Amino acid sequence: MSEHLPALQVVIALTAAPLVMMMNRFPRLAWGVTLVTCWATLVVAVLLLLQVSDGSVIHYEMGGWAPPWGIEYRVDGANAWVLLIIGLVSAVVMPFALRSVEQEIPADRIGLFYSAFLLANAGLLGIAITNDAFNIFVFFEISALASYALIAMGRDRRAMLSSYQYLIMGTVGTTFLLIGIGFLYIMTGTLNISDLAMRLPEVTETRTIRAAFAFIAVGISLKLALFPLHLWLPNAYSFAPSMVTVFLSATATKVAIYVLLRFIYTAFGFEFSFEELSVAWVLMPLALLGIIIPSVIAVFQEDVKRLLAYSSVAQVGYMILGISFATALGLMASVVHLFNHAITKAALFMAVGCLVYRLGGVSLSRIAGVAERMPWTMAAFVVAGLSLIGVPLTAGFVTKWHLLQAALMEGLWPVAVVLLVISLVATVYIWKVVEAAYFRPAPEDAREIREAPLSLLVPTWVLTATTIIFGVWAQFPISAARNAAEALLGVPQSW
Amino acid sequence: MTWFGLYSYWIVVVLMMVGFYIVIAQGNLVKKIVGLNIFQTSAFIFFISLAWREDGTAPIALPDVTEYANPLPHVLILTAIVVGVALTAMGLALVVRVHEAYGSIEEDDIHRQDEQQ
Amino acid sequence: MVSDAALIYWAMAVPLLGMLALIAASRWAVLRDALVVVTAAVMFGVVLQLLPRVLAGERPSATLFELFPGLEIAFMVEPLGMVFALLASGLWIITALYAIGYMRGAKELHHTRFHVYFCIALFSATGIAFSANMFSLFVFYEILTLSTYPLVAHKGNEAAKQGARTYLGLLLGTSIGLMLPALIATWWLAGTLEFTPGGIMAGRVDPAVGTILLVLFMYGIGKAALMPFHRWLPSAMVAPTPVSALLHAVAVVKAGVFTVLKVTVYLFGLDYLELLGSTDIILYVAVFTLLSASLVAIQKDNLKARLAYSTVSQLSYIVAAAMLVNEFAALGGGMHIVMHAFGKITLFFCAGAIYVATKKTEISDMNGLGRRMPVTFCAFFLGALCVIGVPPLGGVWSKWHLLMGAYDSGAQLVVLALIISTLLNIAYLIPPVVRAFLLPPPKGEETAGVREAPLLCVVPLSLTALGCLALFVMAGPLAELLRPYLSVAGG
Repeated sequence: MSEHLPALQVVIALTAAPLVMMMNRFPRLAWGVTLVTCWATLVVAVLLLLQVSDGSVIHYEMGGWAPPWGIEYRVDGANAWVLLIIGLVSAVVMPFALRSVEQEIPADRIGLFYSAFLLANAGLLGIAITNDAFNIFVFFEISALASYALIAMGRDRRAMLSSYQYLIMGTVGTTFLLIGIGFLYIMTGTLNISDLAMRLPEVTETRTIRAAFAFIAVGISLKLALFPLHLWLPNAYSFAPSMVTVFLSATATKVAIYVLLRFIYTAFGFEFSFEELSVAWVLMPLALLGIIIPSVIAVFQEDVKRLLAYSSVAQVGYMILGISFATALGLMASVVHLFNHAITKAALFMAVGCLVYRLGGVSLSRIAGVAERMPWTMAAFVVAGLSLIGVPLTAGFVTKWHLLQAALMEGLWPVAVVLLVISLVATVYIWKVVEAAYFRPAPEDAREIREAPLSLLVPTWVLTATTIIFGVWAQFPISAARNAAEALLGVPQSW
Repeated sequence: MTWFGLYSYWIVVVLMMVGFYIVIAQGNLVKKIVGLNIFQTSAFIFFISLAWREDGTAPIALPDVTEYANPLPHVLILTAIVVGVALTAMGLALVVRVHEAYGSIEEDDIHRQDEQQ
Repeated sequence: MVSDAALIYWAMAVPLLGMLALIAASRWAVLRDALVVVTAAVMFGVVLQLLPRVLAGERPSATLFELFPGLEIAFMVEPLGMVFALLASGLWIITALYAIGYMRGAKELHHTRFHVYFCIALFSATGIAFSANMFSLFVFYEILTLSTYPLVAHKGNEAAKQGARTYLGLLLGTSIGLMLPALIATWWLAGTLEFTPGGIMAGRVDPAVGTILLVLFMYGIGKAALMPFHRWLPSAMVAPTPVSALLHAVAVVKAGVFTVLKVTVYLFGLDYLELLGSTDIILYVAVFTLLSASLVAIQKDNLKARLAYSTVSQLSYIVAAAMLVNEFAALGGGMHIVMHAFGKITLFFCAGAIYVATKKTEISDMNGLGRRMPVTFCAFFLGALCVIGVPPLGGVWSKWHLLMGAYDSGAQLVVLALIISTLLNIAYLIPPVVRAFLLPPPKGEETAGVREAPLLCVVPLSLTALGCLALFVMAGPLAELLRPYLSVAGG
């Protein structure tokens, strides 16, 4: 059994998806099966992480076909970490989904909704676990197609249009990725990433490989919403159903970043990416612009969901910034931020989901004075918001601290200053929400509202507490991220 | 003559640009999807042409055949075509829903309606 | 024998436990108010337990947890921290009594909420006092800022919100924007943030960089209210008077100057400080603040605003003491934390008592009030003399040492400034007393009989006024307690 864990990681969700679709007439049953599936996925992810925590690597030949002909699943410290993020977020978001989805999605589509959710989940897991470049493309499309459907189910009619825009940009991105993979295949005759890593050094001098790198980098950058290719993200996150926003914001961009890491570190190799192509000189300016501009835009947003979506674009900038330092410490900071930002932003979007559940919308004027009537929800928002800002003893601080150290180690004082100034900007936009909820009087005609139901509140607080726990007990994420960084770099580091 | 010998790649490039241009420049949601299809198809042709070998036949195991095209890209593209069809269906379905909601499939028109709200 | 760590944790846990207890008892006003006083008394008792150990030369310490290697939340009680913790917890008892009287007398609302945040503020002040490294101190510093914000905004009206926003904005802005970068840079350059006698910078940090770090730290510690980042202090005066009294005469502002002393002595080290170009700059900024805040204070007619600017001025005495870099000045700085705390809290208590009894806030309205409230104004007089530094009140000792320190350092300009400032102190603190006792009350206002504020207001302010007197005699033991800190500072 345990040797099939890598396959189970994807297969459980993939097989549950059609089953859930057939249960469309029984929404609660569909929800239950999805919940169990997600929890099983989390268990598998935890088991895999434990197995590779000593730096070992799990190889799994799909269907018994040996690589490089067959598809290989390969689990090391890096993707086990990403699998855990996906597993954790989906497991926590499911209890939250029950009532949130019942309210936002018509009853006759709930089964279909969960089916699409499972497909998106399976797709993301597949991207993370597979060691086959073309397979990555396929899983990208599976998760993307399901995500388009999920986003389009938002109540606002603009959800449809944002989903459409996401579809266009996403497809362009994955097609770029496909073309890049084609170039790699011409030159090496293999699609297996480990195999590519061995064969590419012989042909790195060619223009074809450079073109391949460019296509792949641009394609993935579209998917991970790297500034200025992020235009799809704010709309998609603002109009999607609450539960979808929580899930996608915490996982979709993170997985894309993982794929970028996998290509530039494992497939192309550190030397080629950073020394021959100097990719850092492209990534760093984009990352810095991507941190600064969306943060400033976020300050001027009236809709809390949209505000947080712009903040997500900025946070992607942080992760790319860590990569652009081209050091082990920077890489580790990025990898730990994958996790820390996932739990922080998921907690924030869940708190927003609670507000949406009671208020129907989250413009700043609508949430005025809401803290008095929904104190627990807003308290969760404040705590998770502190983590987003990067206040000590929250998960966000752990990331910021390591990013700053990485910047200083390279002597990049101006970058460190930018990071700190942008923390202040983050304080401003979180404060805007807090100010509205706590200090503005509720509108005269406000409906009588109560605190969000426990089934929404408990998951929200579970994640909120997690941001504190991993802010205080930082050894776990740090050691896991170090393990992941070593797996990507391929050599043990002295930290 | 190598640049002409690789004419299929030129076709790929032209198709890709045409498709990409349509995606960017067209305001009509259906036409955007048409453009996207052309764009994707160019990638498919690219894969198929890289499987080709001089004097090779179709990759079918026959006793007297020693030179045949690489079957793997064909298989991959078969998958990609399926994905492409699904995407087109998804995109068109969205366009239908957008049309129901807005009564238009022109992007400018839709944005104007949203702003008026 | 209770272990050191247990005592430290208890000192910090008591206010939190007290907070929970009084939330539970929020329905029974009398029980709740009693619990506040009991909590304060128990906390003071626990802190007092640490005193003999510190006097015996021990340094009780405890590590709560390690965030990652080298960065931990840890505590170590050294003399300066001991003094600060004793001061904050001791005055809390009196303030708790006063607050109960004031909140009832002035008919303020939300008593439970008020006391809850007070408990958190005391918890974080103790954390600041006991912090063993700059990171822990920073964390508690921020908790203190956040927990006092609701206290400043307590009234909930537009003015309170506006004031509270300035308060939070300036304190958070300076600490995150200036102190945190300085802290990170220090960690990066020196490899540690541990408070070490003699400092951690010498030999590790280029004095040129140190010069910049000093400026970042001194302005980053916004609670020390160096100009131009002093605006939060007057804005915070919208708070109910007990808050102004304890937090803005003792806990918050003293946390600021305490941090200044800690940073200069234990992070920079005095020898290293002398190498830095910015030490003199900060010294003269402090002198400027000290004089100009006094000048502003003279023009304020609102009593609390005048006291606020007086506080800004007095805080700069301590910053200046740190920048003078010698033993006398350092002792003066340490003592001034205590002397000014007693003097200023008395003055604030009196301001509150006057408000409760007469609803008067402007000094020009206080003509003849002394006949109505003799005890209050006598106490005010004593507090004022203590702040000015007149024998036989405690304040004289700290000013004396400061003057000696300035003289020793050859900073004649500072000596001159201290003398001028003392004259200015007289000019803004004595007129209210003169008006109250010597000027006739305005026509139409009854003068018959003594009508003081409630007993729960008058007794605490009398106690602190007597404290000011007692400190004149107690200065010896206080200096004795601070001695080890001085040997660090002077050596």
